[in-house]
Amino acid sequence: MSPPVKLIGSFGSPLVHRAEVALRLKGVAYEFIHEDLENKSELLLKHNPIYKKVPVLLHGDRTVCESLIIVEYVDEAFEGPPLLPSDPYDCAAARFWANFMDQKCRKPFWLSLWMEGEVQKGFMMETKENLALLEAQLGGKRFFGGDSIGYLDIALSGLAHWIGVLEEVTGVILVGDEYPALRRWANEYTSDEAVKQCLPSRDHLAAYFTANKDKLKMMAIAMLHQ
Amino acid sequence: MSPPVKLLGTFSSGFSRRAEAALRLKGVPYELIQEDLSNKSELLLMHNPIHKKVPVLLHGDRAVCESLVIVEYIDEAFDGPPLLPIDPFDRATARFWARFIDDKCSTSFWLSLWTEGEVQKGFVKEFKQNLALLETQIKGKRFFGGDTVGYLDIAASGIAHWLPVFEEVASVRLVTDAEYPDLCRWAKEYTSHETIKESLPEREKLLAIFTAKKDFFMSTVKSMVPK
Repeated sequence: MSPPVKLIGSFGSPLVHRAEVALRLKGVAYEFIHEDLENKSELLLKHNPIYKKVPVLLHGDRTVCESLIIVEYVDEAFEGPPLLPSDPYDCAAARFWANFMDQKCRKPFWLSLWMEGEVQKGFMMETKENLALLEAQLGGKRFFGGDSIGYLDIALSGLAHWIGVLEEVTGVILVGDEYPALRRWANEYTSDEAVKQCLPSRDHLAAYFTANKDKLKMMAIAMLHQ
Repeated sequence: MSPPVKLLGTFSSGFSRRAEAALRLKGVPYELIQEDLSNKSELLLMHNPIHKKVPVLLHGDRAVCESLVIVEYIDEAFDGPPLLPIDPFDRATARFWARFIDDKCSTSFWLSLWTEGEVQKGFVKEFKQNLALLETQIKGKRFFGGDTVGYLDIAASGIAHWLPVFEEVASVRLVTDAEYPDLCRWAKEYTSHETIKESLPEREKLLAIFTAKKDFFMSTVKSMVPK
């Protein structure tokens, strides 16, 4: 029998969602250990001493950190429908665009939502360029992975669900009508049965973001100066 | 017959040389196209429009960008000795430490070289903590990959070959045999490896290039140091 699987995570984190959805898509049973990030547990600090962040996957006595590394691990360690494409070139493309999301998109998205004036305009331009590239990548496909959800859909899941909630809370639209493929994809992704089971509710997320508006604005300002 | 393989790269780029190391270890013949980064070619801009950086691997009509994505592509697309471990957990571990090197080590290293005074002391402390973690990963092993050179050795190649050159240019000594005996031993093994050494730029030429760029390097940290 396979060793038990546990996932250390926190409510509302899009990175934790990546790990959870990978487990659910592969049909892997797991125990979710809820972490209070304001008061980090011994378990988290022991298993992720370098970054002290969630998600952390515990598989028997193995520990895997970093959301996308966890997704690849889950794909390789367990049976079930493949998350990464079988063709090496498609694999490379998926990894490239996942890196693009994390390294190029995250900051402009965040600052477009929380900044104002000329600063916001600059990041909005960058955001729109990034979204246009993703729109082109999706093209007419149901998912970035093709007919079924794959690694890149999972990597971009923040765009499918969290961005929409943030748009409501801030009143700033990022993924407008000029991105019909991305909007359709976001609906498809968030309607998937396996995805729905590990997606934090829009209401809960909206309440959290609204209650923490000042803190999130401060985070954006800090990000601006990094 | 497999489509031709070309690599857009530069002489001194450690990232570019990662791709070359992978191609050579897999025994894949390739044509190296030297890129002048101060005057980027149409070929580069066409195949890496987003980042406009080297390396870019061209395999027939396919273009692959990002050095570690290229290394994994080479591993998967061509026959030859595996670069990544077989076991999923070992693969996850290799990917984790490669990312650690690129995200945490390289930044703290760069800032340790080109800052001064108390600010520098802080970055040196951070970099040494990062090195200590890598030291634990290589302890007792010939290579990060085990008995043979693998993905993580390639990812760490900057530490083996480029780091000592930067240390000399900046007149800073960070990686000593006394403090990091296993890492230093690995660096010697890696840079003298029969296949790897063919992928490395000559040290003296690297030193000349980096010495000439010292002022530019120093200017890069100004925007990186938090206010």
